[in-house]
Amino acid sequence: MFAFPLLSIVTFAPLVGALIILLFVRGDDADAQKNVRWGALFATTGTFLLSLIIWGRFEYGTAELQMVEEVEWIGTGIDYRMGIDGISLPLVLLTTFLMPLCILASWEAIKVRVKEYMIAFLLMETLMIGVFCAQDLLLFYLFFEAGLIPMFLIIGIWGGGRRIYASFKFFLYTLLGSVLMLLAILWIYFDAGTTSIPALTAQAIDPDKAIPANIQSWLWLAFFASFAVKMPMWPVHTWLPDAHVEAPTAGSVILAGVLLKMGGYGFIRFSLPMFPIASMDFAPLIFGLSVVAVIYTSLVALVQEDMKKLIAYSSVAHMGFVTIGLFTFNVQGIEGAMFVMLAHGLISGALFLCVGVVYDRLHTREIARYGGLVERMPRYAFVFMLMTMASVGLPGTAGFVGEFLVIVGAFEANTWVALLMTTGVILGAAYALLLYRRVVFGKLEKEDLKAMTDLSPREILIFAPIAVAVIWLGVYPSSFLDIMEPSITYLVEHHNAAIALDVAMQPAGAETLGAAKH
Amino acid sequence: MMYVLITFAPLLGALLAGFFGRSLGDRAAMLITSLLMTLAAVLSWVALYQVAFGHNPAHVELLSWIKSGDFAVNWALQIDSLTAVMLVVVNTVSCLVHWYSIGYMSHDKAKARFFAYLSLFTFAMLMLVTSDNFVQLYFGWEGVGLASYLLIGFWHHKPSANAAAMKAFIVNRVGDFGFALGIAGIFLVYDSVTFEAVFSATPDMVDHTFMFLGYEVHTLTTICLLLFLGAMGKSAQLPLHTWLPDAMEGPTPVSALIHAATMVTAGVFLVARCSPMFEYAPDALAVVAVVGATTAFFAATVGLVQTDIKRVIAYSTCSQLGYMFFAAGLSAYPVAIFHLFTHAFFKALLFLGAGSVIHAVADEQDMRKMGGLAPHIRKTFFMMWIGSLALAGIGIPGVIGFAGFYSKDLILESAFAAHTSFGEYAFIMGIAAAFMTAFYSWRLLFMTFNGKPRAPRETMAHIHDSPPIMMIPLYVLAVGAVFAGIAFYGPMTGHHWQEFWGDAILILPIHTALEHAHDVPTWVKWLPLVVSVAGIALAWQMYIRNTELPGSFARTHQAIYQFLLNKWYFDELYDWIFIRPARALGRIFWKRGDGQVIDGFGPDGISSTVLRLARRASLLQSGYVYHYAFAMLIGVAVLVSFYFYANGV
Repeated sequence: MFAFPLLSIVTFAPLVGALIILLFVRGDDADAQKNVRWGALFATTGTFLLSLIIWGRFEYGTAELQMVEEVEWIGTGIDYRMGIDGISLPLVLLTTFLMPLCILASWEAIKVRVKEYMIAFLLMETLMIGVFCAQDLLLFYLFFEAGLIPMFLIIGIWGGGRRIYASFKFFLYTLLGSVLMLLAILWIYFDAGTTSIPALTAQAIDPDKAIPANIQSWLWLAFFASFAVKMPMWPVHTWLPDAHVEAPTAGSVILAGVLLKMGGYGFIRFSLPMFPIASMDFAPLIFGLSVVAVIYTSLVALVQEDMKKLIAYSSVAHMGFVTIGLFTFNVQGIEGAMFVMLAHGLISGALFLCVGVVYDRLHTREIARYGGLVERMPRYAFVFMLMTMASVGLPGTAGFVGEFLVIVGAFEANTWVALLMTTGVILGAAYALLLYRRVVFGKLEKEDLKAMTDLSPREILIFAPIAVAVIWLGVYPSSFLDIMEPSITYLVEHHNAAIALDVAMQPAGAETLGAAKH
Repeated sequence: MMYVLITFAPLLGALLAGFFGRSLGDRAAMLITSLLMTLAAVLSWVALYQVAFGHNPAHVELLSWIKSGDFAVNWALQIDSLTAVMLVVVNTVSCLVHWYSIGYMSHDKAKARFFAYLSLFTFAMLMLVTSDNFVQLYFGWEGVGLASYLLIGFWHHKPSANAAAMKAFIVNRVGDFGFALGIAGIFLVYDSVTFEAVFSATPDMVDHTFMFLGYEVHTLTTICLLLFLGAMGKSAQLPLHTWLPDAMEGPTPVSALIHAATMVTAGVFLVARCSPMFEYAPDALAVVAVVGATTAFFAATVGLVQTDIKRVIAYSTCSQLGYMFFAAGLSAYPVAIFHLFTHAFFKALLFLGAGSVIHAVADEQDMRKMGGLAPHIRKTFFMMWIGSLALAGIGIPGVIGFAGFYSKDLILESAFAAHTSFGEYAFIMGIAAAFMTAFYSWRLLFMTFNGKPRAPRETMAHIHDSPPIMMIPLYVLAVGAVFAGIAFYGPMTGHHWQEFWGDAILILPIHTALEHAHDVPTWVKWLPLVVSVAGIALAWQMYIRNTELPGSFARTHQAIYQFLLNKWYFDELYDWIFIRPARALGRIFWKRGDGQVIDGFGPDGISSTVLRLARRASLLQSGYVYHYAFAMLIGVAVLVSFYFYANGV
């Protein structure tokens, strides 16, 4: 199965772009900077177009891995394996879609070390796409962890005043998780003799090879340590607000838009299918932490004075919806969680871009410094309103579909969870509208605000595709739900089969397990 | 096709005015939206004729919306009698409000935006009433909430308007929280969220129970109560009513359209639409009846003492919605919708009339600064009288009366005829509210139009009736306020109500309130008229004959007066139990939880140690990157070791 390595081409296209920039652009004068910017834009746009070919060739209605590539790498079970299914594809598209917009958003804001900046972004794109396409544990691990290095650099070099602190915190949190995950991967390799993700997934429903429940728990916890930080889940979320505040605008967009999704992707790709018994046993823990996250971080968002911090905290709340949805083990919950990830990628990305627009003009993110912007910036006010409404889950926008499906799924799993998480819908409206009111509405009184200009053509070019996508996903979400459906249905069936297998293998504990599910 | 046109013409208008308002110009934007609305309104009457009188319901599927496993909903238009009545109400009032606004907003600088919002609202409302499933209904539900938010906060330089807009959205969200959970519950139990599938399966669910929050509960009662929570939010019922009076911060045409005639009645529509479920959930119906009756009474008491002309009418709306709910709660859904229908005309008339008054006295809304306006704005004065007569339900039983007479009296008669304790409670509350309604309506009329002028002289000098573009909509509504009752009383609520409503409304044979409402004792038929006339007489006594009375009463009964003036202190209560604790908790979680506990023991504690080491190694700038890469290297090294180990090297 090695015809045309489309996935590898898409994955490494940005890297090629980065290499070309690295090798052929000399100096740091205005011309060079211009070439770098155009080069990066060209590379990311090209990658996006290539990823559309993946979408075009994607076969609907099957849960099988597609466009599989396998090349012997280290050998004895560790190979270079790529492939996508309905869970990967939407996230690949999200990544390639957001990247050109990030380059555009950095067009004027980044003035120093433009070349290095763009190379870091392109490198990161390769690593992010790699994460979603890798079908080998070790390969995944490399992409997953290496992807953080460009992000460290972006925050640490082009960040704000407390960038050292912020990236340090980011580093400490993720280090802990990744060491544990690596140990777990080693254990798995040692036990199964392979790091192939499809093979390991199949093991969970193989009576001879299924990992015993007590070991699953340890492995699950090791992966959890890594994914929970990345999501981030409460209480390991405190790196996120700091990282966002210090990151440049495009860094925030990628951080919120794609990097956070790696945690959710990790849960859905590894924890759920490979350790189904442990996933079910730990579901109450996930529910507990997520419900706390939704309520706690929403309340914290309510009292923020910094625009970016507010949006960062709201991201934690939204990610709480994702983790709840994933661990409902039903189609609506998991599809909803996937959809929340997509929608949040677009919406929070756009909200960070909205902050970037006014930050570029006034160089402050303090909410109290703004007010009455609608007078001078009606276009901006419109975009900001659309994204605010999408963020609070207004039906007809992308934010609604996922959130609602998660509520439906959660209601089936546990009504208490559904009830408590839905309070997030009320609190979400409160902090989002409060932010909007303080920034956009009110009297235009401050002198420097009166000189603010509305969106430039470049900025409109950035927002227009996101706005279209947000409405599209809200009105006709089937475009993406249809991609996911077979894979997620299969995942749910796989989960149920694994649970049934476990019950069959331990006649004594059968009743308790069966009861725990409902 | 006609139905698609009815629902999407307003959307087209909204998009044209919203996105191209600047290039079209204000005039064109206003005309386009108003003409499209007029088209929709005319077609709505055709639809009502075809569907309700021609017995020809329609169903149009537009597009698949959400499909996830068994959860499948479409964008669709379902036109039955209930929808058709709502189409007529929504589009007619919206059309008149559009034309009226051309005059009312003539001095505003954001005309195109205003008309875009009005049309957007209408579209959302139409999606709400034409839905064939709970989720599209929820779309419209939230969509009208958005439009309401945008229009209440239309004058966004006013802090009070912004606060009111936010309050409306958030309080509504409390209701939507229940609504969303209700839909989730419906899917769990029925495995579908379309009306047809759910309603047809309901009779088999009578004894069904499910686990909710750890308790085994009656399915239908629980789901109906969750849905009703949504209705309480949208229709401003106790205790979620607090947003409606504040919503008067919006321009007056908005109050007439959204906060009187259409959006706030969506809750009543929801209960009527779900009658096939509520009918099998008697406990839920009892709650609806009690909440409605209590709100009818509560809002009327507050209306007695308000001095802002719009707030009086707002509380009146709240109170009238209470009537509709208790009618629905007593299984008299046709009567509830009938009152919704007549109320739309006379309440929109009152609001637009009040707008005409406000327009005349240079944007003053405080009735204490009005008085003696009648000779200057005769036409408006006359219209307000018609509206008030209809609201108070004046008419001679068995002979003739204004629109409200037919619908409101029938509600009270149904309450009496229900012969249940909830019915009695509702009847008593309703009679008391009827007395107060008449009182505050004439208090409003007398304070505004009679007596000595209290406005500044220069205002009085310029006072004049509104231009025809504002007056003609008033006349049309006045026709409705006079004749809507007598014309539709028979078909909608007579003995053959089923012929009109078809399958849209279900009443079980054991619920006989409506059936027996036509045969109540004579004193029950006359009582509402008697209390209304008494209310008018008292208002006359206090505000015409002896104008010292109100002041001295307020002084001697300070406690009651303050209690009513402060709206039973609901706002203060919510501030204390919700808003302040939320902010305090947020601050504690942020500073203590995140700052001291999580960061203190986690990264900050560790990092301060590591940072010290890092400084010593003078790797301050980017040392952590190397650390990280180093950690990865170690990992790879360990892996390679394992690999060799496994291969027996």
